[in-house]
Amino acid sequence: MCLRCIRKLVYANLSKAGIKAAQKRGKIMSNKKGRFGVHGGQYIPETLMNAVIELEEAYNHYKNDPEFNQELTALFNEYAGRPSRLYYAEKMTRDLGGAKIYLKREDLNHTGSHKINNVLGQALLAKKMGKIRLIAETGAGQHGVATATAAALLGMECVVFMGEEDTKRQALNVYRMRLLGSEVISVRTGTATLKDAVSEAMREWTSRIDDTHYCLGSVMGPHPFPTIVRDFQAVISREIKQQLMEKEGRLPDVVMACVGGGSNAMGTFYHFINDKNVKLIGCEAAGRGTDTFETAATIATGRPGIFHGMKSYFCQDEYGQIAPVYSISAGLDYPGIGPEHAYLHDTGRAQYVPVTDEEAVNAFEYLSRTEGIIPAIESAHAVAHAMKIAPTYEKDKIIVITISGRGDKDCASIARYRGEDINE
Amino acid sequence: MSNIKNAFANDKAFIPFITCGDPDLDTTKEIIRAMAANGADLIELGIPFSDPTAEGLVIQDANLRALKGGVTTDKIFEMVRELRQDSCRPLTLPMVFMTYANVVFSYGAEKFISTCKEIGIDGLILPDLPFEEKDEFDEVCQRYDIDLISLIAPTSENRIAMIASKAKGFIYIVSSLGVTGVRNEIHTDIASLVKLVRENSSVPCAVGFGISTPEQAAKMAGISDGAIVGSAIVKLVAQYGKDAAGPVGEYVKKMKDAVW
Repeated sequence: MCLRCIRKLVYANLSKAGIKAAQKRGKIMSNKKGRFGVHGGQYIPETLMNAVIELEEAYNHYKNDPEFNQELTALFNEYAGRPSRLYYAEKMTRDLGGAKIYLKREDLNHTGSHKINNVLGQALLAKKMGKIRLIAETGAGQHGVATATAAALLGMECVVFMGEEDTKRQALNVYRMRLLGSEVISVRTGTATLKDAVSEAMREWTSRIDDTHYCLGSVMGPHPFPTIVRDFQAVISREIKQQLMEKEGRLPDVVMACVGGGSNAMGTFYHFINDKNVKLIGCEAAGRGTDTFETAATIATGRPGIFHGMKSYFCQDEYGQIAPVYSISAGLDYPGIGPEHAYLHDTGRAQYVPVTDEEAVNAFEYLSRTEGIIPAIESAHAVAHAMKIAPTYEKDKIIVITISGRGDKDCASIARYRGEDINE
Repeated sequence: MSNIKNAFANDKAFIPFITCGDPDLDTTKEIIRAMAANGADLIELGIPFSDPTAEGLVIQDANLRALKGGVTTDKIFEMVRELRQDSCRPLTLPMVFMTYANVVFSYGAEKFISTCKEIGIDGLILPDLPFEEKDEFDEVCQRYDIDLISLIAPTSENRIAMIASKAKGFIYIVSSLGVTGVRNEIHTDIASLVKLVRENSSVPCAVGFGISTPEQAAKMAGISDGAIVGSAIVKLVAQYGKDAAGPVGEYVKKMKDAVW
């Protein structure tokens, strides 16, 4: 295959102008040390520095390598089932009586969430780098399952770190990971949730670097992870743009997604950042409310800090001790947010809104009943906010909500939330 | 140049670590005095952090115990001030803080580092602040004459010359991959690391991570300028609680005798 054909394949969904805009954005938004405004950076032990430098060099090489991109596109399309559908939610639109609502169906991907996009990219990169083993953190288990899947496919060893609390909340996903051949390590330190799983995965990486790649699951951590994960997730906004152009002949007015670390939101926003008329909204997990201590809404309640390799916003006390956060959603139960989101917040380009457990559970039930789509409880946070704002928009406006994952994994815990005890 | 050079003035240095506020600050004070009385050359005072990603389980647990007991950065500053200004027996040996970047950043680097100077702290170790990120803090440290300590790891390789040439106070050589904690054996070729450091810097270097026995300490101090011990001491504190000063003092004496 000639180079031109390969490029055509790789950039099938990306116009010439789009490539230029993406390059321009890349230049402006991440400099050598991976800064997004004041956020980002590489706050990690010296032991890991050469590993992240090696990763950055490998990524910079392979991201422009036609063969790599061809392989990745093939994995996306043939294995993960991309492009994911952009579905017009007609009943929801009619019921809410305002803007036209489209759902970007990342829940239809193989393994049931957007996590597979990033994982296939990183696993392929790791394999090219000669790594034989993947380690990962997971909250709800979606990233863990995706990593275990990629490891099985590519013939790599895999160890997933998961907070003990989350292994209880998401027992089914623990079984799935083991079924896929992964080892799952239950993390008992700290609050035994996602942040502790990240800490433990980082500790593991410092003890075994040579043959191991840390497959970080969100747009967070030290440079180059926020950039790498964003680039692999950017397929979401690239497709939305093209699909909506086909269906409506124009750009959306609002794109929105839930935000924990923020990978599906970053993927949803990325190709719209330079389209100033497209409103970007990230929905944070407010838990029992931003006026309580039981919240995980980082932009609403956090302040600047340095943790898990990056400078960004974190929920913390006056002395910088990281706060124990809470959300009904294990995947959003994280005290920080990716550095590029922190920057989009600082510049006012994106808006971040808190959504409570109760609102998310209502939306979980609403979307199931109205459209026959059971969203992940994480994604239900975005649906909940859309339910609030859609009626305030004119009927000719368009809102796109990314449904980051499917909700099968959440049925037992939502039933419990409603006082019904069911066995998984 | 800070007080830290005095730690290495009498040949090999023994550098013990303690997590402040585990189990409480009165005990920490007694432990520090016991360390000083038994031959410690420099003391590393750990300010606890909720999520210490470079620590093994022993020091992680100590951090959580201390925070649960209500210790704060301000209370630790106050303890150091009292030790330094004690009218009967002021503590004079060099002391450095070891904590995580967020503890300093969140307090305000200027406020934190100027307070260090005011209360008589000589240096600062931040394990999650590599060479590439240190300028933001180092600029302030230099203004207040506080040494921001550089770390070198077994994986540093081509980075050693760059790090060593800018190092101040002393260089902390991380003996092994992984996190802090007692190890039976240290496999890294420390002597080669030290040689590379010395080609690029006149600052003394001490080895830490995994050292617990007098034999290990003697060996590590033998090929460098000193040995750093943390987890083994924190374990004694976990075992003896409020009565830890005695056992820690005896342990420090044994270790100092070995590196001497």
